[in-house]
Amino acid sequence: MALKTETMVLNMGPQHPSTHGVLRLELEIEGELILSVKPHIGYLHRCFEKHAEAMTYPQVIPYTDRLDYLAAMGNNFGYVVAVEKLLGIQIPERVEYIRIIMAELQRIASHLVAIATNGADIGALTPFLYLFRDREYILSLFEMTCGARMLYNYMWIGGVSHDIHPDFVRKTKEFIIHFRPTIVELNNLLTFNKIFIERTANIGILPIDTAINFGASGPVLRGSGLQFDVRKEDPYSIYNRFDFEIPTGKGLVGTVGDCWDRYYVRVLEMEQSLRIIEQAIDNIPGGDVHSAIPKRIKPPKGTVYSRVENPRGELGYFIISDGNLNPFRVKVRAPSFVNLELMGELCKGHLVADVIAILGSLDIVLGEIDR
Amino acid sequence: MKNPEEIFELLKNEFKDIIIGLEKESPTEPIVAIDPMQINKVGLFLRDNDILKFDSLMVLSGVDDANGTKVKDDDGAEMISGGTLSVYYHLHSTNLKHKITLKTTTPRENPQVESVYNIWRTSDWHEREAYDMFGIIFVNHPDLRRILMPYDWEAGYPLRKDYKNPEFYKGMKVPY
Repeated sequence: MALKTETMVLNMGPQHPSTHGVLRLELEIEGELILSVKPHIGYLHRCFEKHAEAMTYPQVIPYTDRLDYLAAMGNNFGYVVAVEKLLGIQIPERVEYIRIIMAELQRIASHLVAIATNGADIGALTPFLYLFRDREYILSLFEMTCGARMLYNYMWIGGVSHDIHPDFVRKTKEFIIHFRPTIVELNNLLTFNKIFIERTANIGILPIDTAINFGASGPVLRGSGLQFDVRKEDPYSIYNRFDFEIPTGKGLVGTVGDCWDRYYVRVLEMEQSLRIIEQAIDNIPGGDVHSAIPKRIKPPKGTVYSRVENPRGELGYFIISDGNLNPFRVKVRAPSFVNLELMGELCKGHLVADVIAILGSLDIVLGEIDR
Repeated sequence: MKNPEEIFELLKNEFKDIIIGLEKESPTEPIVAIDPMQINKVGLFLRDNDILKFDSLMVLSGVDDANGTKVKDDDGAEMISGGTLSVYYHLHSTNLKHKITLKTTTPRENPQVESVYNIWRTSDWHEREAYDMFGIIFVNHPDLRRILMPYDWEAGYPLRKDYKNPEFYKGMKVPY
């Protein structure tokens, strides 16, 4: 008698410790083998884009905080850059430097969460606690600057909300001195840990042409080996003045574009962010951070698509102005939204346990997927 | 690397009537307007041509142009009748580093646009979102269903300018 086999549908989520928010994955499995994955999203949908149409331009900024809540500075940055492009205003040097330092600190903080949760999902809980300790330093720096730890509303159109604290420069330098050795510690604890490599190397391999066709960006795209970073490709603010490299996946322990490569790109990017902060921190020029903030923000008729490199990838704002005080249309190109589409492609042929590793390596935030 | 005007000329020579025109209004970058039911042909050409190589669709966004006539319905709420919906495509070439914006406009009453699913897979969810939010039907999309709103949402398309919240959804009061 032949063995009876049939496929089974398994729901992972919406409440699952490793889905990073309320996400439901519909897995079709045959034994332990994945046949297909269908993500179901929308549990956090609040229609940010509809809200934005009813707000004036500056009132939209606090809403952008709540898109990718682990990298709120980056969201603010993307939005104000887009509106400033529409307005065509010049930003004081001091503001540009402060913005870049904040955005890079935020990148480190966000990557720390990504790395920590990626490890914790597949069983490495110790590095999680170590990395959250280090993230605390950065959050304190932000708290010192603008009073908030997660949702800052810090970057305003034409400026920033508060000037930096007199202690900020000193404390940031202390942080850099503290943080360099902890990257080495992280590499010893997690990156080159045998068990971690076994779980992530050669898992969820993403070929480069698939990555481009699916619109992947950020560490997911770079993990597949393409040197693409909006900070270099389409320089905004003053990124073209700084010297930094774009790390890419090399297949060091497995194949190019596997989970481990995506993970390791984030580790290397933290070092590059430190380099940018080091170059900027001693050169902050004087000036008033409020001087260029327009009294009345009423951009001329027109459309703009502007993109910035957020920790999770290319964050784009498509804004249409009809010449009124509130935007006619704001569309957010959220990097996690686009990267999550890859789930179905990456999981095919892997085991159920690998879904967790793959999802962790994509580093999604449901706040910006559902908007 | 080519600028939008050169790309427009190339497209105009290749496709003639399908390409409607080039919109230039500062501070916007130029936008190429295209027939909604021929967008697939143009997309394939843009991706596969050796001097264009637009391999990446950065974003696809639906827009309610709100250019119809405003009428009051029975409850006194403002509705828009007639007019158009638009879809914007922002393309980028990772290889040749140039960018272009395409735009296609479709009537609001029967909004149909050809899907570009087979050209850029990233458009899968973007098109579902535009359908969910504006009710634009993407012809030839293999799996066109709501994505952000509940699958059984019957009250219309939220990002249309004349959208009205329903009073109840499955017995739950909506405006709380």
